[in-house]
Amino acid sequence: MALLEIDRLQIGFDTEAGLLRAVDGVSLTLQAGQTLGLVGESGCGKSVTAASVLRLVPSPPGRLLGGEIRFDGRDILRLPAAALQQLRGREVAMIFQDPMTSLNPVFTIERQLGEVLALRFGLDRRAARARALEMLRTVGIAEPEARLVAYPHELSGGMKQRVMIAMALLCEPRLLIADEPSTALDVTVQAQILHLMRELQRRHGTALLFITHDMGVVAEMCDQVAVMYAGRVVERRAVAELFESPRHPYTRGLLASMPRHAAGPKAELPTIEGTVPSLLAPPPGCRFAERCAHRAGLDAAARQRCEHEDPALVADGEAWVACHFPLPGQAAPGVSHVAPAGKGRA
Amino acid sequence: MSPAAPAHSAPGPVATASPLLQVRDLHKHYPVRGGVFGRTVGSVQAVAGVSFTLAAGRTLGLVGESGCGKSTLGRTLMRLEAPSSGQVLFGGQDLAEARGDTLRRLRREMQMIFQDPYSSLNPRMTVGEIVREPLVVHGIDSKAGQLQRVRELLQTVGLAPQTMERYPSEFSGGQRQRIGVARALALEPRLVVADEPVSALDVSVQSQVLNLMVRLQRERGLAYLFISHDLSVVRHVADDLAVMYLGRIVEKGPAGRLFQAPAHPYTRALLQAVPSADPRRRRQGVPLQGETPSPMATPAGCAFAPRCPHATEACRQSPPALQPLDGDAAHEAACIRLHEIDGSGG
Repeated sequence: MALLEIDRLQIGFDTEAGLLRAVDGVSLTLQAGQTLGLVGESGCGKSVTAASVLRLVPSPPGRLLGGEIRFDGRDILRLPAAALQQLRGREVAMIFQDPMTSLNPVFTIERQLGEVLALRFGLDRRAARARALEMLRTVGIAEPEARLVAYPHELSGGMKQRVMIAMALLCEPRLLIADEPSTALDVTVQAQILHLMRELQRRHGTALLFITHDMGVVAEMCDQVAVMYAGRVVERRAVAELFESPRHPYTRGLLASMPRHAAGPKAELPTIEGTVPSLLAPPPGCRFAERCAHRAGLDAAARQRCEHEDPALVADGEAWVACHFPLPGQAAPGVSHVAPAGKGRA
Repeated sequence: MSPAAPAHSAPGPVATASPLLQVRDLHKHYPVRGGVFGRTVGSVQAVAGVSFTLAAGRTLGLVGESGCGKSTLGRTLMRLEAPSSGQVLFGGQDLAEARGDTLRRLRREMQMIFQDPYSSLNPRMTVGEIVREPLVVHGIDSKAGQLQRVRELLQTVGLAPQTMERYPSEFSGGQRQRIGVARALALEPRLVVADEPVSALDVSVQSQVLNLMVRLQRERGLAYLFISHDLSVVRHVADDLAVMYLGRIVEKGPAGRLFQAPAHPYTRALLQAVPSADPRRRRQGVPLQGETPSPMATPAGCAFAPRCPHATEACRQSPPALQPLDGDAAHEAACIRLHEIDGSGG
């Protein structure tokens, strides 16, 4: 059984313009000890999906429209408040891009870390202090004794981020959800934080759900990747295969537009023309159809299909792809299962 | 600087006698006030003796982490901040000595693009008014002529003429950054200082703006000072590179050589911290530890010494000067142990 299963999740937001379907039928699984990357551009629904695992989507305006989330077999969306509270910070912890989402500005670092330890492990003040000091050192905070008595505003951005991560790690959660944890950090600090998260995983077998828009971070951290576009998962598979032979045209466009994949300095970068469709009234067919470069090579009947028929996320070899005419996968050498021979592509 | 011109070398003078921009030993200090009387108790050395040249039609990438002084440097060049000391020459003319008409002309020739396409455009002005404003301020052309120029500028950056009547809030991040570019181009500058111009954009939109900037450089012979923390973006656009750490340039030279054979230990650490973007070739080992020290408490010697794996006692004595590398006069690094550490990874 997977540690985390998200099944056809639908989350909407009531807005003045109507119901905005931010997450529209997302299904994901994450095994214990593994890292799943949830990637996509602004507004694709990745953060809302992640927040819903701990039921952190504000309601109103947010609203569960359907689907299930199971953590270790438990139905999270229907869990009583007390049981949910037990889950948060014990079995599942979350870190955010903005550390002040997790830190309380009016309490010292010692008090905040101590509270977690008292709650989670029933440690007394002395034991909690010792454990907190040790963890601050582990996350690379210099002079941890001085930091314990500090308030969040007295710390630099990188330090606050580390304190938040220390707090999440102190829980020794079975699942750590990280929403763009390193986006606001400098690259050398980002490298330290990523290293730390890998260490945690190695030592405690923590599963990671990693939300990011940075494909470099995905390559570095993840076992599996789910690419989201306009509230849907469009491709889901192992990270190396995804980077080598993306099957969905959106994934390919996303990877190709990275400057480091350019033909050379100042060479024209591939772009994805157009904009994401409105999630107030998404198109009936494929949500990416209007911007799809691949569609130009299709015949009229096939194009009709893209525009009018909603593609489901289906297994095709080792990949899950939501596209009527996926790009051909390259049969990677040494893959044990038999890859389906190039399925008819116009 | 090697004139190993890219295939699309810019029109206009390729190598003029005096470079477009010359910066000589530029300093920018901010006083730090404390106590009830607000007395000056110290100073922050945001820019501490920076020198470089930038030729017409070329791009100098300025990289470094938060607090390294790269944005202050850009703002000081633009005279948004007055330098504490040092010289800035534009086309051989000292900016500090320019008055009246000369100063107005110099100001037209240097323009700026900002990071945040949300806050750098006045929400109460239409796009047409925003792009036209510099023309009005500088009294260029009749009203009809100005409007015609605005239409052409919008077309140049890929926006329809109808967008003139609309407000910034109606546009996406990428479109707003195009508006910012159109405004910067209105006065036909020769130098554009771009401070993190694509950092707030999604990757597929980022590639569109980068393509636009590269095309404009080719067509108009623009020089860019391209300030960014994103090394893969800088690698794509820069001809030359300067790496800053705590207010000083620690390494500079032709971008290709600097990326291939970084000499300064900080540059090496910075390049190693960038995620690999290849899931099959992940980084190994422990990343550089620590954070950039506060610019208020700059170490006496080499500012990087406290984090440097190669630092010795001699490094902590006085700040090292930039010196050319053996056999490569265009490539300089500020490290007294260049010869000892050469070839020890990187």
